[in-house]
Amino acid sequence: MFKRLFSLEWKSFFRSASVGKSIGLKILMGFLALYFTAAFLLFGIGLYPLIKKYFPNEEPIMLVNRFVLVWLTLELSYRFLLQNLPILDIKPLMLLPIKRRKVVNFVLSKSLYSFFNFLPLLIIIPFGIYNIYKHTFSTLSIVGWMVAMIFLTLTINFANFIIKKKFTDNVKALIPIVGIIAVFGTLDYFKIFESSVWFGKALNEVLQQPWLAIVPMLVFIFFYKWNQKDLESKFYLDASLKEEVKDANTKEFLWTKRFGDLAPYLQQDLKLIWRNKRPKTTIYLSVIFLAYGLIFYTNDTYAEMPAFYIFAGIFITGIFLINFGQFIPAWDAGYFPLIMAQNIPLKRYLTAKAGLITVSVVILAILSTPYVYFGWRILMVNMVCAVYNIGINIPILLYSGSFNRKRIDLDKSPFMNYQGTGAAQWIVGLPLMVLPVLVFWIFYKFISFESGLTVLLVMGILGLLLRNKAIGYIALRYKRNKYAMIEGFKQSGQ
Amino acid sequence: MITATNLSKVYNGVTVLNMEHLDIPNGQSMGLVGNNGAGKTTFFSMLLDLIQPTTGNIFNNEITVSQSEEWKGFTSSFIDESFLIGYLTPEEYFYFIGDLRKQNKADVDALLATFEDFFHGEILGRKKYLRDLSKGNQKKVGIVAALIGNPKVIILDEPFANLDPTTQIRLKKIIKDLTAQKETTILISSHDLIHITEVCERIVVLDKGELVKDIMTSTATLAELETYFSRDLATEQ
Repeated sequence: MFKRLFSLEWKSFFRSASVGKSIGLKILMGFLALYFTAAFLLFGIGLYPLIKKYFPNEEPIMLVNRFVLVWLTLELSYRFLLQNLPILDIKPLMLLPIKRRKVVNFVLSKSLYSFFNFLPLLIIIPFGIYNIYKHTFSTLSIVGWMVAMIFLTLTINFANFIIKKKFTDNVKALIPIVGIIAVFGTLDYFKIFESSVWFGKALNEVLQQPWLAIVPMLVFIFFYKWNQKDLESKFYLDASLKEEVKDANTKEFLWTKRFGDLAPYLQQDLKLIWRNKRPKTTIYLSVIFLAYGLIFYTNDTYAEMPAFYIFAGIFITGIFLINFGQFIPAWDAGYFPLIMAQNIPLKRYLTAKAGLITVSVVILAILSTPYVYFGWRILMVNMVCAVYNIGINIPILLYSGSFNRKRIDLDKSPFMNYQGTGAAQWIVGLPLMVLPVLVFWIFYKFISFESGLTVLLVMGILGLLLRNKAIGYIALRYKRNKYAMIEGFKQSGQ
Repeated sequence: MITATNLSKVYNGVTVLNMEHLDIPNGQSMGLVGNNGAGKTTFFSMLLDLIQPTTGNIFNNEITVSQSEEWKGFTSSFIDESFLIGYLTPEEYFYFIGDLRKQNKADVDALLATFEDFFHGEILGRKKYLRDLSKGNQKKVGIVAALIGNPKVIILDEPFANLDPTTQIRLKKIIKDLTAQKETTILISSHDLIHITEVCERIVVLDKGELVKDIMTSTATLAELETYFSRDLATEQ
């Protein structure tokens, strides 16, 4: 039965619409996986000699033990962000004569094969072997330690699912937990109560008495059983399988009314952003990336290379433009036929999108004004970049949108989510960022800093003046490609 | 009002629709009937310029639908749930469609008031997003939204499917009231022969993309259609 479930999973992966389509993406993911594997493995092998070299008086494994708690906390937090319980579509299996427990066990044990569980092994095993080789402790002790460590990471694996299930719907409930962790972290930092040291001491105990490795094993089993119970109790259509229906948020965005003709579209887009997980995150990202400038402005090496300021300026004022704009019109994929059949002239549709992004650039530009602290030049650069973004980059992005054929499901999280990403998204990044930097660099090199800025400014203003014409032209392209878009947006695979 | 000439659609060498000529005069209510794969939805999609015909053209009020967007102003439609915006509440959706069709909030409210019966208290003021409504309720929203703004042409793909019996009867009345005024051209497809013969003045039967019957509805029509669709059974016996 397990085998059959496995083969179902296999088919669902290889028969999903995306397979074979985005080779480039796969290569990138493969490359990343390879990179992390190599990095962890090297760290695992090098850990023992490194500690010996820098802390000759310490017993490496005991030093490591002291940091295990910190590591586990970190691991829990990145798993929380990135890892999901691999609920295979159990709905169709509910009616079939398969024991409930079997399906649940399958889902849970499938999660053990996650890449997240594989990475810590790359450190634990080489480090353990190194210790055995150096005879720091008896082989049995080290093996006991390795077993304990492996079960600790696996415990995190299942603890994460429990936490996730409790908090995905209500992130605010997480605050007390984060608070407690922060308190312990601070106490630890100021050496008032060093929980990480106590945890390390407990692990040292495993080295003395290897049979104690059974404790993490028991904890692991406890969490596994907990998950099992939880999933089994939710094995009903109306429990976890059906999404919870929350009261609708009926915020009206009445201020958009002053945009006249465009008002309904703007309102629509704001609701799109506000009420769906993925577009909503673009807002948070925009705010976070506002701080991106600090990397450049605080570093003196860039003072000699103002072209990097242009890069930062385009990025800071245009982060929403890039994150949101690159998926126009795929955001509307779920109801694209409506957009096409309703009384919505394409040109006005595009003008509204351009309007929304323009507003975002203006807001980000205003928010970036405190950077004046690093000098007037920075402020000037950012303002010019904002104008350039509005004038040139918006039409470029809208144009590239006409190549967009990939659907986006609005309520999936954007982390590690490449749905809707195709070659077009990668290629369009280049002219957006590289072109202004290049133009500026040429004028800066051969004439002056000010001339570079002036050229960018003039380009932006020209683009703004010609926007109406450009959008008219882009609308024609959308019209020509619309049948392929409608077809593409219908494909629901990843 | 609507004319299709020499219309055909071919997918990978398979002809899914082949319609030499079809003319639907202004104010007529036409029912499109046919088994799965007959080309009903294909025809509607071409009429809305959602797919491109392989040959031929469709004219909506003398506008070639694939050339100009002018027809969108007086044509409204509900084909499937891709015509709904999942993250809006029904009210917001109606107002949005109203905005697009130059109807202010009061106009839309006035129209919605006449559909109170039809909604049966399950649509308005429930604080639910469209994506959280049941299939039948979603359909109600889509159908009513297609009636906003006095469109001259209304296209509904299988409006009776998924609706409960009471709502089906109410919908029939709504359609009959609309057709009685002879101002709106209505195109409906359905698998329910009884409903469609009841509400449409004209029935067009498609079979594997070919137009095989074109009848003005009379008391004999239902029997004729039933005989036609059971012909395979008859030959087997």
